[in-house]
Amino acid sequence: MVLMMNRRGALGLGVGLASTAMTSGSFAQGKKPLSVAAIYTVPVEQQWVSRIHKALNSAKDRGDITYRFSENVANTDYERVMRQYSTEGADLVVGEVFGVERAARKVATDFPKAAYLMGSSFQPSKPNFSVFDNFIHEPSFLTGMVAGKATKSNVIGLVGGYAIPEVNRLMNAFMEGALSVNPQAKFLVTFINSWYDPPKAKEAAFAMIDKKADVLYAERFGVTDAAKERGVKAIGNVIDTAAQYPSVILASALWHMEPTIDRVIKNVATGTYEPADYGVYSYMAHGGASLSPLDPKLVPQDVIDVVKAKEKDILDGAFRVNVNDAEPKSTA
Amino acid sequence: MIDALEILLQANFWAAAIRIATPLIFGVLGALICERAGVLNLGIEGIFVAGAMAGWLSVYLGAPLWLGVSVAAVTGACLGLLHGCLTVILGLSQHVAGIGITLFATSAAYFGYRVAFPTVTTPPRIEPFQPLGLSFLEAVPVIGPALSQQTALTWLAFAATGATAFVLAKTPLGLAIRAVGDNPASVDAQGLSVAGLRMGALAAGSALMALGGAFLTMSAFNAFFFGMINGRGWVCIALTVFASWRPGKALLGALLFGAFDAYQLRLQTLAGGAVPSQLFLMLPYLLSIAALILVARKADYPRALMKPYIKGER
Repeated sequence: MVLMMNRRGALGLGVGLASTAMTSGSFAQGKKPLSVAAIYTVPVEQQWVSRIHKALNSAKDRGDITYRFSENVANTDYERVMRQYSTEGADLVVGEVFGVERAARKVATDFPKAAYLMGSSFQPSKPNFSVFDNFIHEPSFLTGMVAGKATKSNVIGLVGGYAIPEVNRLMNAFMEGALSVNPQAKFLVTFINSWYDPPKAKEAAFAMIDKKADVLYAERFGVTDAAKERGVKAIGNVIDTAAQYPSVILASALWHMEPTIDRVIKNVATGTYEPADYGVYSYMAHGGASLSPLDPKLVPQDVIDVVKAKEKDILDGAFRVNVNDAEPKSTA
Repeated sequence: MIDALEILLQANFWAAAIRIATPLIFGVLGALICERAGVLNLGIEGIFVAGAMAGWLSVYLGAPLWLGVSVAAVTGACLGLLHGCLTVILGLSQHVAGIGITLFATSAAYFGYRVAFPTVTTPPRIEPFQPLGLSFLEAVPVIGPALSQQTALTWLAFAATGATAFVLAKTPLGLAIRAVGDNPASVDAQGLSVAGLRMGALAAGSALMALGGAFLTMSAFNAFFFGMINGRGWVCIALTVFASWRPGKALLGALLFGAFDAYQLRLQTLAGGAVPSQLFLMLPYLLSIAALILVARKADYPRALMKPYIKGER
């Protein structure tokens, strides 16, 4: 706990990454690096998983860990792969168990000496099973403010993969953010029932643009492409694709897994690991989430000022963004 | 309710329906040709993936778009011939071999992708086919603007439908293909090669399937993603039955499915939200099942479908 307070002090406005790198680099010296394995159900290009992969890779580059991973593992194979890495003596296994909650927890109890940190909608469990999730609803709220100010038709479109808590809470925060600055804003919500079907996401986005949406919340790949083709704006999610879509992406809610990963590595390395909910390290105050830099050429300065003020409120704890996991509905 | 019906009059709705239908048109034509020759090709899902990957990768590596399309077709044809070696030459179970081809082609495409791009963070993009924007069509209400938004590959799908219908119905080759699916012994008695005809049909049909995949990465989108085929191949297998193995009906069935899907994407955004989104997502499949029940009762399977032909066997 003492450690945590110190670290929180060290983490500043979105510069958490650099500082965590420095603090955690120190304990690795003279020690054998931790053996870390990761198991992903999607390829490492997938936005969500790419953030975990990135954080683990930088830990590897620092020499804190040795890192192996399996990608595109079917849920039906997940337990087997988990067992294999555990049997091979992995100190820490990272992954996502949204589809295999019970089986994964069973594996963890069979290997009490290993530590597990898994993306999950549920609580941690004894003796060694920790959870995390993409709690980036705070920057999502801020991007919602940008969208609410940017829309001229007052119609904002949201395309999501599945209506699950991880997606819903970001959409709800985004919508709340938009409404906070533009009570006239209406929303179109579509789910495509796939994580990976860009042509379909694109079609869903086209359908929204046909219904006058002029800002799109791009939860999936494909939405931004539709925005680009039809000359409307888009809001990014989890990763920053502004460079690939210049003057299309107004703002993005970014997720940084480094605070979560660095903390669990440190806890395991120092023998203080306990099953816990690491979700909080994805909050903005811990540097786990941030709002992408806003371009004054795309977002008017007065809007940037309002958004930055709200960002400061969130970081100071003066404003709390609701966590609402209910399925969002169209209002337009 | 008025809103829901108004959608049907929008040109953009029909443009979306045709875009969604295009890969299915290729796929269902391919499946139809294979099955008309008596071979069920369940490799279709994997052939879609391989075609999507091969076409996109060659364009990414510098090939012109149409060369990419050819590469996809050749990739599909090769997988079709592999399926033929197993099912026509060796006479193995067409179900098992087909699923095997799907698993193999899918994994091989992913493997190839990862070998080519070991460390990318987002899949690389290509410059895809652009809408042709045929302005002379704009005068036709609704359908005209919908057609003018399509890319060359969609027109290729329409042309392939016509060509398949013509070849199957009007040419000696078509007669031979139909005969080899109904009564291979009669074809054999004519002195024609049953295996040759079936292999040829598999190669041609699988090439068309691969074009369906290529459409997704080279026209509907501009990058290859794992899992982006998302069951479209399996839909084609069902549509083949719906079409009673006729190219014209195949086109109709694919367009119908595309329209259902485009329709549900628009219905989801109607205000109220009283109906869960999952219900809309089910809609294209539910309506397809309903259509199948109506049509498929009279389905007239190619008689020798899934029966390997062994020369001289009684």
